[in-house]
Amino acid sequence: MRSPINLAVSWVAAMSAVVVSQTAGAAVSDINMPVGVTPLSQEVYGLHMLIFWICCVIGAAVFAVMFYSMFKHRKSKGAVAADFHESTTVEIIWTAVPLIILVAMAIPAAKTLIAMEDTSNAEVTVKVTGYQWKWHYEYLDSGINFFSTLDAEHNRARQVGSGVDLTQFDHYLKEVDNPLVVPVGKKIRFLHTSADVIHSWWVPDLAVKKDAIPGFINENWALIEKPGIYRGKCTELCGRDHGFMPVVVKAVPEEEYLAWVAENAPAPVLAATDSTATATAATAAVEEDADREWAQDELMAKGETVYNQVCAACHQANGQGLPGAFPAIAGSAIATGPQDAHIDVIYSGVQGSAMASFAGQLSDVDMAAVITYQRNAFGNTVGDTVQPSQIKALR
Amino acid sequence: MSTATAEHHDHDDHGPAKGWTRWLYTTNHKDIGTLYLLFALVMFFIGGGMALIIRAELFQPGLQLVDPLFFNSMTTMHALVMIFGVVMPAFVGLANWMIPMMIGGPDMALPRLNNWSFWIMPFAFLLLLSTLFMEGGGPAGGWTLYAPLSLQGGDSFAFVIFSIHFMGISSVMGSINIVATIFNMRAPGMTLMKMPLFVWTWLITAYLLIAVIPVLAGAVTMLLTDRYFGTSFFSAAGGGDPVMYQHIFWFFGHPEVYILILPAFGIISSIIPTFARKPLFGYASMVYATASIAFLSFIVWAHHMFTVGMPLAGEMFFMFATMMISVPTGVKVFNWIATMWRGSMTFETPMLFAVGFLVMFTIGGLSGLMLAITPADIQYHDTYFVVAHFHYVLVPGAIYSIMAATYYWMPKWTGNMYDEKWGKIHFWVSTIFLNVLFFPMHFVGLAGMPRRIPDYSLQFADWNAVATIGAFGFGFSQLIFVYVVLKCMRGGEKATTEVWEGAEGLEWTVPSPAPYHTFEKPPVIN
Amino acid sequence: MNMTSLRKAHLFIAAKLCVLVVGMFGFGYLMVPIYDVLCDITGLNGKPSMEASAAPTAEMMEQEQREITVEFVSVINSGAAWTFKPTQRTMKVTPGKTYQTSYLVTNLAQRAAVGQAVPSVAPSSAAKYFNKIECFCFNRQDFEAGSTKDLPLVFFVEPDLPRSIDTITLSYTYFDIGEQGASVPDS
Repeated sequence: MRSPINLAVSWVAAMSAVVVSQTAGAAVSDINMPVGVTPLSQEVYGLHMLIFWICCVIGAAVFAVMFYSMFKHRKSKGAVAADFHESTTVEIIWTAVPLIILVAMAIPAAKTLIAMEDTSNAEVTVKVTGYQWKWHYEYLDSGINFFSTLDAEHNRARQVGSGVDLTQFDHYLKEVDNPLVVPVGKKIRFLHTSADVIHSWWVPDLAVKKDAIPGFINENWALIEKPGIYRGKCTELCGRDHGFMPVVVKAVPEEEYLAWVAENAPAPVLAATDSTATATAATAAVEEDADREWAQDELMAKGETVYNQVCAACHQANGQGLPGAFPAIAGSAIATGPQDAHIDVIYSGVQGSAMASFAGQLSDVDMAAVITYQRNAFGNTVGDTVQPSQIKALR
Repeated sequence: MSTATAEHHDHDDHGPAKGWTRWLYTTNHKDIGTLYLLFALVMFFIGGGMALIIRAELFQPGLQLVDPLFFNSMTTMHALVMIFGVVMPAFVGLANWMIPMMIGGPDMALPRLNNWSFWIMPFAFLLLLSTLFMEGGGPAGGWTLYAPLSLQGGDSFAFVIFSIHFMGISSVMGSINIVATIFNMRAPGMTLMKMPLFVWTWLITAYLLIAVIPVLAGAVTMLLTDRYFGTSFFSAAGGGDPVMYQHIFWFFGHPEVYILILPAFGIISSIIPTFARKPLFGYASMVYATASIAFLSFIVWAHHMFTVGMPLAGEMFFMFATMMISVPTGVKVFNWIATMWRGSMTFETPMLFAVGFLVMFTIGGLSGLMLAITPADIQYHDTYFVVAHFHYVLVPGAIYSIMAATYYWMPKWTGNMYDEKWGKIHFWVSTIFLNVLFFPMHFVGLAGMPRRIPDYSLQFADWNAVATIGAFGFGFSQLIFVYVVLKCMRGGEKATTEVWEGAEGLEWTVPSPAPYHTFEKPPVIN
Repeated sequence: MNMTSLRKAHLFIAAKLCVLVVGMFGFGYLMVPIYDVLCDITGLNGKPSMEASAAPTAEMMEQEQREITVEFVSVINSGAAWTFKPTQRTMKVTPGKTYQTSYLVTNLAQRAAVGQAVPSVAPSSAAKYFNKIECFCFNRQDFEAGSTKDLPLVFFVEPDLPRSIDTITLSYTYFDIGEQGASVPDS
């Protein structure tokens, strides 16, 4: 029961996929939209190629007539101007024909659109929250949740004038510390929201792009057919590091997914009573160290890593900040003043400013380390340490 | 130019005043038109310089030159300058020069208002550009100023909002003047359906401006009060909705797109018949097509926002309405080609630019049709494919039409023919580099490069390098334009009254250069 | 036309257009309530009503047997030192019946704070069928430093909910809107 238009869509998709794969050697093209790995992405690709070829045909016809006229009807060839200046018949034809083409185009587009909006019967639900400038994933079924930020090596390489050889990276700016892991062959529902400004979560291979809007929740879905790693980006301008918050989705067979869930699921304690609810499974091991005494060089080393991942985006890698927008850490009254005030800024944030609370984002150790680092780097020489136990006591 | 006109009329009532105060106090439509055009030319190089900073950073992957925040502020300012500081003032300048001469009127209806509306512009842009030197830098949230991002930057924000208010006041005043001129200043016998299409398209554009600029003013005022006076129009915490800003903004923004292109349609409709030596095909359908494009522009705004999460019915409606726009736009293109058909064409520089417009605007229009298909737009949205699309309609569209108009009417303005050889070189060099610049953006966009990013993955490196080469080539080839314009202002072969063999219209019945005052006695229209 | 009557004609047009300008400026502001009304009618942005609704009628209660899933989601707006979690992640509900659940909030900061929760529903078309009889989002909450509150929510889903919807997600974003009575500094 397929209409001719649907047949046309799938035919164009199939043919174009062949062309693309032959020219580029793989289904990945550097000059065209990826076919993708979900039924919807393939439909979207088919629509894209269909409208593309329609546009090519229209363009070719229009330009052919125009260039023919430009060569034939020129004064230098002795052309004498006619003086007709209207024709109701032609005008009706060239209004009606485009209309018919449009209607023919709108039908398959509408069908795909309806399918895109149908999020029912999903088997896995992942909440995706945009932050400046990272993503947070939360699996509603298992409670697994973690932040996903640009890989540290890439982050170092992308600093202005870093001099790092970028060809060493296979996927420059498209690598994260913790990828989103999802099963293949299951309908996955994504919920999109944001904790600050508007972001947009895009994975071309899944044909999924949805804005993350603070205070509101959006949804869409994907059914991935092929295991693999699919990479995307934030596509809504969200401030300074908009270009540096990639999306990496790792689609794995179901057994592998279930094993991953079992390994990473938080203990079945009710989330709300667990003060470290937002800590990731990966940081769980570190959590145990919060009680011991840490040496300054240990804290400094860890603090530098945390600083570059979390703080440097605004306060800069050299701690100088950006005048007028983000204050300097170097020589700042807070970073060189009493410990309690410094801890409070990091822990609670600064009301009404861009300085967020990191109580929910960083573990006790990370926070202690980064505060220690700030007090003893960039020419700051307070000399003291902040112990993880001090942070733990606040919780 | 001033010396040339001064020779004709040099007494108090009729000639221009001497010295620089002439330009400050002038109420003459030709002087004000010249001021607008020169202003637009200066801003074109400022906005172009910003574009070159953007392209230079994007020449290679990795960050070499600028901080990402400054990069964002360059993309933001480039758009604001090019839209409000180049295309709009240039069209207003052309309207000032040509509308009174085309309809047989002595001047604009409200000459003093005309002076004010121009002189607001330099102040508005000084204010805007000065934000780059303020603490925290200029606006960096994109020219669309989406909340809540636009509310995050430094205090230069307030200056940006005020400068947008000033630009808006200037545009609205200019538009009121144009409407009043067209309705009240036509020579007897110049009925509405006899007006040249440039006048028609500007009449419709002026109404669009008057209708939507106040909406923009409202939207940015809400941003201002959200930021400084505790309102929460766009903050969910106080019961607002950031998406509502986008709705209000694009209710202005989409008609704005047509404000930037309708006068271009008028220019092309003047030039093609002249060089085809054949009357415009389908004059009446051109007028109706322009009016329907203007109407449709009010009901398609949400196609800029297909990813914000609209109900299905909304997405369907905006998809269909957007696709509908291609019908009247197609009619226009077909009419132009029918005008060329069986004409007796020559290809002087204005015609070259008009043909360039026709070809490349059509490419931009077709990619626009692709963008209208909502499911595909989900993939195109906010990528370089969109950047390629709107630059194809704005640069070879709006900018080329302005250049075509300049070459076309410059002999009438200055009394001298421009240098044809350099004009043609300007066209060919620009056109080649323009396509080297913008065509690869289609590729990287489709392959997954988002817009407004200062650094990108290695897979996009080759085409970005190509685009940057095109950008510098295109940018520097505009110096040829400046050279041709300056040379023409200083002298050259004297232009005849008619200038072009096939030219029709009242502006070609006055001497070249056009006297300081024209049609003080209304011409006879047959 | 002589000069004075021409001038009058100019001013007449200018005056009419000025009215249009003022009107359109007003229309920009009018779009705010229009948008809200449209959202209420169509669920355009997925925002459920912020006002308490009446309990379901007896008729509603008997209309439905099907079960749908309601998911509870929490988001803390950046800059706020809180933990904010639903006590239950999901719930099976029958449209027309009333249910109660709650969210737990802790103010981690070492200062007092005021919170405001903003609800949002996905899919957005379900928003107008999601009725809250009692909700913490109707009011702001004051918090002492370090204090925890259990915030109740009583709701029902209207039986008219389209059949195509089998899962409703209710999300609350918790905003820190400053200390009691303190004005918000602007940098």
